[in-house]
Amino acid sequence: MAVEQIKNTLSRNFITFKTAAWLGWQMDSNWADPFLFIIYTIVKPISATFILVMMYVVVSGGSTAGSLFGFMYVGNAFYMYIFQILFGVTWVIHDDREHFQTIRYIYIAPSSFYAYVLGRSMSKLILTTVSVAITLAFGILFLGVPIGLGTVNIPMFLAVFFIGLASIVVFGLALAGISFLTAEHGMGMNEGLAGIFYLFAGVLYPIGTLPAWGAAFSKIIPLTYWLEGIRRSLIPTSTDPTLAAYSSGFLVYLMIISTIIFLILSIGIFRGAEHLARKQGKVDMLTSY
Amino acid sequence: MTSVKTVHLSRTFKAKKKDGGGIVQALRDVSIEINKGEIFGVLGPNGAGKSTLIKILCTLLLPTEGKAYVAGYDVSRDYRKVQEKINMVSGGETSGYGLLTVRENLWMFSQMYNIPSKAAKENIDRLLKEFDLYEKRNERVRTLSTGMRQKMNMIRGFMTDPEIIFLDEPTLGLDVGASRIIRNFITEWIREHPERTVLLTTHYMAEAEELCDRIAIIDNGRVIALETPENLKKLVTTEFPFTMVATGVGHPERVRELVGNATWKENDEGALKFSMILEDESIIADLVSMIVEEKGKIIHITKREPTLEDVFIKLVGRGLD
Ligand SMILES: Nc1ncnc2c1ncn2[C@@H]1O[C@H](COP(=O)(O)OP(=O)(O)OP(=O)(O)O)[C@@H](O)[C@H]1O
Ligand SMILES: [Mg+2]
Repeated sequence: MAVEQIKNTLSRNFITFKTAAWLGWQMDSNWADPFLFIIYTIVKPISATFILVMMYVVVSGGSTAGSLFGFMYVGNAFYMYIFQILFGVTWVIHDDREHFQTIRYIYIAPSSFYAYVLGRSMSKLILTTVSVAITLAFGILFLGVPIGLGTVNIPMFLAVFFIGLASIVVFGLALAGISFLTAEHGMGMNEGLAGIFYLFAGVLYPIGTLPAWGAAFSKIIPLTYWLEGIRRSLIPTSTDPTLAAYSSGFLVYLMIISTIIFLILSIGIFRGAEHLARKQGKVDMLTSY
Repeated sequence: MTSVKTVHLSRTFKAKKKDGGGIVQALRDVSIEINKGEIFGVLGPNGAGKSTLIKILCTLLLPTEGKAYVAGYDVSRDYRKVQEKINMVSGGETSGYGLLTVRENLWMFSQMYNIPSKAAKENIDRLLKEFDLYEKRNERVRTLSTGMRQKMNMIRGFMTDPEIIFLDEPTLGLDVGASRIIRNFITEWIREHPERTVLLTTHYMAEAEELCDRIAIIDNGRVIALETPENLKKLVTTEFPFTMVATGVGHPERVRELVGNATWKENDEGALKFSMILEDESIIADLVSMIVEEKGKIIHITKREPTLEDVFIKLVGRGLD
């Protein structure tokens, strides 16, 4: 009986997830103009990367050699997932509420809101993968980013990659909950959270560069381990000195533990925000200007 | 069998700053019971609290005080259970994913109700035909007119076969044709599914009178009357609903012999205008033959039916619009 129930719930949630993913894809792939698609998925990320590369070149006195360049380049490329997913999740709530005015009907449907939000974010994930892959290829081909295709540790990359995505989604859920409570232009908080990760998750520089309290904070965030694991699997020589003592297995272990802790926290935040939204009548509010 | 019940239900809001701040009492101490098989109407002017009531019952909003039960479940605590049993359609809005087709949009929502895809599609097509929207099935939602969108939303609500459906001003702003299709659908649906329940809000008197088995009149958050339309109208039948205008009536007092409460006066054209209440309408025949015997001539007889409007004005002290 209990097993049957769990199976039912899972299959229902999966259908919701699939449907939401389909819906998200309909919207995100609805490029009236392939030109726009190219701009958003290819040109924008590459030009953003290019600005960073120029800054690096200026600071380092005209060189893209040196192990820190690869560190920064890979960190920056994978950071796109963090930014896009966090942004995408809050966008779903605001769009459904204000623009399509469908959120009340999705909310009152007897299916998991988590599954829905997750599904809706899937298309962002796929498009971001295109951007990340192109950015990396660009780096390898033109900027000498030292990723040797023969030396990539594929099993480790895949394991780390997917656990990391899961942890980004976990943060996304908390944001989705909070989005119930914020007005349309209260979108700043996803950028805020993304900004915190940009500073503290070892995206552009080793966490040892931060003051001691900052580095301690970095070690709580699963994404720090994610980026470290990704770099190690892509460029064996590129590791953060502060984390160098951790074996790769231990890195994965830390990632899982902190993801689980943040999952529990996120669900708590989501539920709390959902309750508050029902209490304050904000589930389906329209922002009035 | 009760399907919706509220017990001393109240809801307050903090008023928006531009409205001067303070507290708005949207619902006050509302206790109602709605039975299976009923079309229950909530009738009230703008700001009466109709939408607030619907939102609480369909789990979008928590009560400030009191309790509400839908299909036996507490809407605050067991809201997931409630959601299995209900659906909701709200008029006067433009909801829907504009870039999907009508059919895709409906199918997408059906999948959130665990309806097998094939059955959902068949059901959607059947309803599209019933609502006269089948030709538009492959049009994008953003190209639909207000009326078509509202029909699509009605299908979204009914396609999940809810035990209880909440309709918040379902015909708001629609033309006569679209309103008619929607009203007919509602009455047909409940006739075919006598164990279901419809709760609908409206500020159209005629709609409430035509559709509803019982009506709660709500003003300023408070239920001020709850009755069948017939009983509501009895509240205002103390006036004289029959008028007869006739000429050449030599002995008007003979009319009073027939109808004890008849009064009359002469109008500007010299005809007599009688006002009376008839307990038994068959007496009209006697009245007519009597006037004819007297060689009088009846110019017209009118019976004025009391309307809900009369009831509303009597109860609330002002009209609806
Ligand atoms: N989220 C909210 N915040 C503040 N006040 C609100 C909110 N929702 C409703 N109200 C107020 O509560 C009262 C009841 O509103 P409600 O929308 O329930 O009325 P209604 O009967 O549906 O009116 P209408 O016919 O205009 O739809 C109104 O005074 C309204 O301004
Ligand atoms: Mg309303």
